[in-house]
Amino acid sequence: MNKPLRRIAIFCGLLVLALLIRGNWLQYVQANALQDNEHNRRISIERYAQPRGDIIVDGKPITGSAETSGSDFKYKRTYKNGPMWAPVTGYASQAFGANQLESIEDGILTGNDDRLFFRNTLDMLTGEKKQGGNVVTTLNAAAQKAAYEGLKERGKGAVAAIEPSTGKILALASYPSYDPSSFAGNSTDKDSKAWQALQKKNNPDDPMLNRALRETYPPGSTFKVVTAAAALENGLYPDPDQPTKTPLPWTMPGTTTVLKNDGNHPCENASLRVALQWSCNTVFGKIGSDLGNDKMLEKAKDFGFTSEHFTPVRANASVFSEDMAPSEVALSSIGQFNTAATPLQMAMVASAVANDGRLMKPYMVDKLQAPNLDTIEQTDPEELSQPLSEENAQILQSMMETVVEEGTGTTARIPGVKVGGKTGTAQHGVDNSEKPYAWFISYAKLSDGSSPVAVAVVVEDEDADRGDISGGGLAAPIAKNVMEAVIGNRK
Amino acid sequence: MSSTTNTPTHHTSTIGSIGTPSRRNTELALLVFAVVIPVFAYANVGLAMEGSVPSGLLGYGLGLGLLAGVGHLVVRRFAPYSDPLLLPLAALLNGLGLVVIWRLDQSERLQQLAERQYGSFSPSAPNQLLYSAVGLALFVAVLVFLKDHRILQRYTYISMVAALILLLLPLVPGVGADVFGAKIWISVAGFSIQPGEFAKIIIAIFFSGYLMVKRDALALASRRFMGLYLPRGRDLGPIITIWAVSLLILIFENDLGTSLLFFGMFVIMLYVATERTSWIVIGLLMSAAGAVGVASFASHVQARVDAWLDPFGCYETSGACEQIGQSIMSFGSGGVLGTGLGQGHSDLIGFAANSDFVFSTFGEELGLAGVMAMLLLYALIIERGVRTSLAARDPFGKLFAIGLSGAFALQIFVVAGGVMGLIPLTGMTMPFLAAGGSSVIANWALIGILLRISDTARRPAPTPASNPDAEMTQVVRPT
Repeated sequence: MNKPLRRIAIFCGLLVLALLIRGNWLQYVQANALQDNEHNRRISIERYAQPRGDIIVDGKPITGSAETSGSDFKYKRTYKNGPMWAPVTGYASQAFGANQLESIEDGILTGNDDRLFFRNTLDMLTGEKKQGGNVVTTLNAAAQKAAYEGLKERGKGAVAAIEPSTGKILALASYPSYDPSSFAGNSTDKDSKAWQALQKKNNPDDPMLNRALRETYPPGSTFKVVTAAAALENGLYPDPDQPTKTPLPWTMPGTTTVLKNDGNHPCENASLRVALQWSCNTVFGKIGSDLGNDKMLEKAKDFGFTSEHFTPVRANASVFSEDMAPSEVALSSIGQFNTAATPLQMAMVASAVANDGRLMKPYMVDKLQAPNLDTIEQTDPEELSQPLSEENAQILQSMMETVVEEGTGTTARIPGVKVGGKTGTAQHGVDNSEKPYAWFISYAKLSDGSSPVAVAVVVEDEDADRGDISGGGLAAPIAKNVMEAVIGNRK
Repeated sequence: MSSTTNTPTHHTSTIGSIGTPSRRNTELALLVFAVVIPVFAYANVGLAMEGSVPSGLLGYGLGLGLLAGVGHLVVRRFAPYSDPLLLPLAALLNGLGLVVIWRLDQSERLQQLAERQYGSFSPSAPNQLLYSAVGLALFVAVLVFLKDHRILQRYTYISMVAALILLLLPLVPGVGADVFGAKIWISVAGFSIQPGEFAKIIIAIFFSGYLMVKRDALALASRRFMGLYLPRGRDLGPIITIWAVSLLILIFENDLGTSLLFFGMFVIMLYVATERTSWIVIGLLMSAAGAVGVASFASHVQARVDAWLDPFGCYETSGACEQIGQSIMSFGSGGVLGTGLGQGHSDLIGFAANSDFVFSTFGEELGLAGVMAMLLLYALIIERGVRTSLAARDPFGKLFAIGLSGAFALQIFVVAGGVMGLIPLTGMTMPFLAAGGSSVIANWALIGILLRISDTARRPAPTPASNPDAEMTQVVRPT
């Protein structure tokens, strides 16, 4: 009986061996996949096991953490002035995950980032609790407040403001907005209801949409700044005060349609300066069709169109189409037809002009801090492109300043400060059936020649008839307040 | 051990019998480890979860030490030549099981779950300590009252009846209790008992006694067909009966584990008794046929097979794989070194975390290293059991020991394989680790019996009387 006994012994050994192999497979080979499995609640338990690090504006946290009870998540996220900052912070919810900065910098905020490994190991040895690091943003609290309050008074819309010389994002507001605190926990009655109520299908206002980065609007006449830059750079009209050969009325090439101007302005053979001052559709439409699709597209790309920008929060790509008929290029060149831009994109256009033609890469995270406030990573300003020569940029600046001094943008004037701007009203919808968007892009220039802020504002216009004035009437005052807030901070 | 003429009075076999040292001091030294390691583990859990050494540490240490000490003294007195490893291994596993059950008692999540489901929460660790004491008492009783395991031969058929009654008891209305789909419990005077755990030992007595008598008939009277020795039709009777009973258990009690255990144990013992590989082939074919047949009818089994094939697939839809999915994630999240005792989240598994799924907590908190160590502890118990069987001088003892060790090995495989997702989940308990009285008590008795057999096997034989005739009466069989 011993021979089969030995075989049974081997059989039992094989059973145990199979278990050992399975153990190695699960706990060594597949361990990482299982740890990151979407059903693995440990990830969220771990994420909320200690107070989350903060997102910091002007040296003060705009986020916080509160201890919760009755749940396996120990801490939940709180937000100070949540709706105002939501387009910057995003949300971190125990039940619904995280997005934007909260998600992108999750490693730092939870303290799980590899760069904190050494510190965490030390903490483990000394018995300290693990802590999250901080994200220090480039934002300007006063500018953000001016932007958000301004939008709140006037309706749906968004504001993006940039420091032209560095690309630092100073304000990023979207209205209507939401309070990320309202669904930061995971209770089914309170947090889930708040979340459901905010979803687009339940709320046509779509408050969770980050309009400053994720919504592309037809830019309307503000796009004429890009067209003007293309005209200068391509040598079409090197002198801003030289008359352009623009007939009035002007029939778009290949069509019998006449391009109309808003209001009765001196647009016939107007110079670039005058055309921008009165926002002449005929002049810029003709420039676009004269330059052609390729040159216009190239210039738009130089300004950042057609590519996504990572600030590090992703901003949608703005649109300027290719393969268009000359008449379509003409319409696109005045910001209609297919052209669409995010508020951030138009702020980049204004900032490139203000920064003497050099476009800086926009960014909103200044540095990442370890829990002990050591800097882990510092963002350095980076040049994205140079859409304009310094000379042409200064020409364009003087043109934009004319718009504010004696054109459509007079509502943005700030005493003692040179302001350059451009208004816009973008019609959209079939046969302009929907409310137009009132745009204003601008920059401020101080007496020392430095330019602290470029801003783009878009507001959904309640009064559709006022034509180009609405950009100046609705959007420009907000831009003015934002610029004043930044300048006020400087002084 | 090929002689069939041995009687208890003729110690003609010489396998491993002469001059075996008793090794009782080795056992004592190992027992010290078996007590100290769980005590450290207990302190570790307290420090990790509460930040202080648990107040019950001294009591726990003394209790475990007392159990081990009593076990040791009884072995020293009543089974002095028995295997020195089995008792320390069982004590270590039992001690670690207690620690982990206590650790899961501290889980707020499980406490809340119990309050929602039953209205109140009662910790399992104190009960488990009590059951361990009862288990040890049974262990002591086995060693004290069972002077010679061969006495059990007398009760061959009584054992069969007893085992069948125990197995089928859960089906009796009023006594059986349906707990989460598996009818493997009976409820007596407020206590829940899993009779299958006891039936495991008792049916091994029947198989051993029966096969010892019938093995020659089963082995020799056969026809050769395609290289296999096929048994005669009438000899197929017993295996078909056991097969049918296993299927009945599976179908009516929804208990895949017990069913597999009994049939597997019988096939192993049949193979050892007859030395005929054909029995293994026939057994495998029959279990495959039974498994496929039942799986295509019973929805309970189907659901478990589905959950096994895709542990995360039915997460959103039915939640039927919630437990196995959680268990697998526990193992994965533990990684190589584990999170440390008290610092994992294996309580996410839910209500069976400290019983059927107790091994997952080891997986998460002790990691791959801990899992391999635990599996090797079990492997050592099995190895000592098989060794006992090899050393035993009488066929009954051999069969009994291999039956118990084989069943033990199958149980480990079925339970650990189930919670690790290697095979479909079954509702059995990890011996010594899982919370639950029946399992702990029955397994302590099992260890007691193995010690008794090994004591008999390793006891130095009296100088054998010269008996040349014994060597000449061997039965010659075709090979």
